[in-house]
Amino acid sequence: MSHLAPAPSPRRLWTFHGGIHVPDEKALSNGGPIDPIPLPPRLVIPLAQHIGTPARPCVRVGERVLKGQLIGEPQGYVSSAVHASSSGLVVAIEPRPVPHPSGLSAPCVVIEVDGEDACAPLAEPLTDYVHLDPSVVRERVRWAGVVGLGGASFPTSVKLNPGPDRRLKTLIINGAECEPYITCDDRLMREQPARILEGVRILRHLAGAERILIGIEDNKAAAISALVQALAATDLQQLVSVIPIPTLYPSGGERQLIRILTGLEVPSHGIPAQIGILCQNVGTAAAVADAVLRGQPLISRVVTVTGRSVAAPRNLEVPIGTPASALIAHCGGYRQPPRKLLCGGPMMGFELRDAEVPVTKATNCLLALTAAEAPDPGPALACIRCGRCAEVCPVRLLPQQLYWHSRAKDLDRAQDYNLFDCIECGCCAAVCPSHIPLVHYYRYAKTEVWAREQDRRKAEQARLRHQARLERLERQEQERKAKLRRKKESLEGKGEGEAKPASEDPRRAAIEAARQRAAAKKQAAIEGLPTAGKGSGPSGASAPRAAETAKRIEEPT
Amino acid sequence: MLIAILAIALLSGVFGLLLGYSAIRFKVEGDPVADQVESLLPQTQCGQCGYPGCRPYAEAVARGEEEINRCVPGGEATVRTLADLLGRDPVALAVEEKPPAVAVIEEQTCIGCTLCLQACPVDAIVGAPKQLHGIIAAECTGCELCLPPCPVECIHMVPVGTDIPHWRWPYPAERKAA
Repeated sequence: MSHLAPAPSPRRLWTFHGGIHVPDEKALSNGGPIDPIPLPPRLVIPLAQHIGTPARPCVRVGERVLKGQLIGEPQGYVSSAVHASSSGLVVAIEPRPVPHPSGLSAPCVVIEVDGEDACAPLAEPLTDYVHLDPSVVRERVRWAGVVGLGGASFPTSVKLNPGPDRRLKTLIINGAECEPYITCDDRLMREQPARILEGVRILRHLAGAERILIGIEDNKAAAISALVQALAATDLQQLVSVIPIPTLYPSGGERQLIRILTGLEVPSHGIPAQIGILCQNVGTAAAVADAVLRGQPLISRVVTVTGRSVAAPRNLEVPIGTPASALIAHCGGYRQPPRKLLCGGPMMGFELRDAEVPVTKATNCLLALTAAEAPDPGPALACIRCGRCAEVCPVRLLPQQLYWHSRAKDLDRAQDYNLFDCIECGCCAAVCPSHIPLVHYYRYAKTEVWAREQDRRKAEQARLRHQARLERLERQEQERKAKLRRKKESLEGKGEGEAKPASEDPRRAAIEAARQRAAAKKQAAIEGLPTAGKGSGPSGASAPRAAETAKRIEEPT
Repeated sequence: MLIAILAIALLSGVFGLLLGYSAIRFKVEGDPVADQVESLLPQTQCGQCGYPGCRPYAEAVARGEEEINRCVPGGEATVRTLADLLGRDPVALAVEEKPPAVAVIEEQTCIGCTLCLQACPVDAIVGAPKQLHGIIAAECTGCELCLPPCPVECIHMVPVGTDIPHWRWPYPAERKAA
């Protein structure tokens, strides 16, 4: 693979299965520098911008907040903090439409911007992080609300803590940016390589990694040389290699990049930490540097606004919460009405139904495609079993089989074919000659499996509650019966009054006493027989009478 | 001849004892098929199948006395999984599927009669005599059993709105030819 390299460090690269070449369309937007966008009048900041539990709002409506002030605190371990992107008044905390394929709403903090952009006091910079405990630095990253900026937005502090029994040997910095049209990481690497390397140094310290590989697709020569130059000015040269990798979609997928750079496979259902690898996006590295060295929370990100419908495509530095429409307007609005507006790239992005949704930490691109760029694929035809989807699948799945089973709603079979290893890269759907929306079927199947799992859990809970109720009713019934019985008994006791206990017990006692007397008399009579003449007449005569009395009393019982 | 008869008699005696012993030693309590069927039912305990709860219906299905398409809340998915389990042919659902809903009590109207409390199969209604009753939405299975006993009709079924964590991708629609 050395022929691929304008390589500063020629080294062996591996390949992953499949992948496709797509026109990269990066030249549309990567010409100019990153442009800061003016503050919008209102910021809508979603409380769930990350994977995990949504943040809990910690401001009230009517409260004035400052730029960088915490407005949502993380709830639980896999969660992330949310900060105000500018100063202003909190006017609402309510569900608002957010960028999501469903077009649904989620809780957001709405801030009426006052334009002063007054900063909250920053956290103390941890410039001496090398001598600090990694957990302190990790806590800072968590406080700053840093999440993976490559698109998945997984809380970075969680990823940085692989657990005590795992050692991270390799840190991979993902600058591949393989998806067409998107150039935000490219521009960031060109313009702020030193900031990225600062972040890389911190990440290395936190992970304790022995080597660092920065993978960049070779269609970003300027970014590669910028990073190489910046690297030369630091003492990280021994540890860090900037590695150009062949341009092939989806080389920027975490598992694919790990495969390309190290030849290792992340196990199915596993995470890279299991094979000693930590993978972070370049933007995330820069955000970590801001959080640790400057005490700044993550309140803005670089967003590519592109597509041939946009008058002046470019990259913008956008405060989180800015509506998408403001970005389009800042880029000169639409040159022609777009056929669709995507959040993300053309391969993995999803359509935005509402241009007013805010930019979140996960938004890397707004893509307004013309009808020519995104032609209507026409009706889906029948699958002809050509197998091209299997050839391009980077995960070596069998997309056809997954399609058949998902279509037939046979979810168990789809899972047998490793449905959940699908990274939804869209290669199979892109090459399908029948234009079958394959990825849509897989997404349907995945969410359906999750939903059924939830239903099953709920059913189990309901069953337990029902059972508990039946047991409770049974117990109550028994208790009621027992009570009734006791009551009846006591009533009966009362009804017969003093007579019964008085008659019964003394009667028995009398019988017993009589028997004893009789027995004693008999005994006495037997013993007394030889001495009968000694005037024991009355006792001899009374013995049979006593026995008779005893019999008489005994009879009625 | 005699030896053969004796040998067979002996063998059958031994095996008979063995079978008799194992029938006692390895006796299966309950009905495993009914258990399996029950685990696939949605446990709303709604009685819409005509049985007083999910367990009795599961037992009827396991005995082969009842069709597998009686479970309304389970819908088509349950029919399919039951058909898979029991090796029967999937049949169309007996009634129309309903979207999931939870019961909600109208606060102004509730008189605190506790009748709905007694009807709820999963104890999802909290209340006391002459106090306002409330429904634990997370526990409500949407069985609608609390609706008929309410003397003032203050309980309504409200469809469960979906949120982002519970959202499902829709089944891909067949694109029509242009």
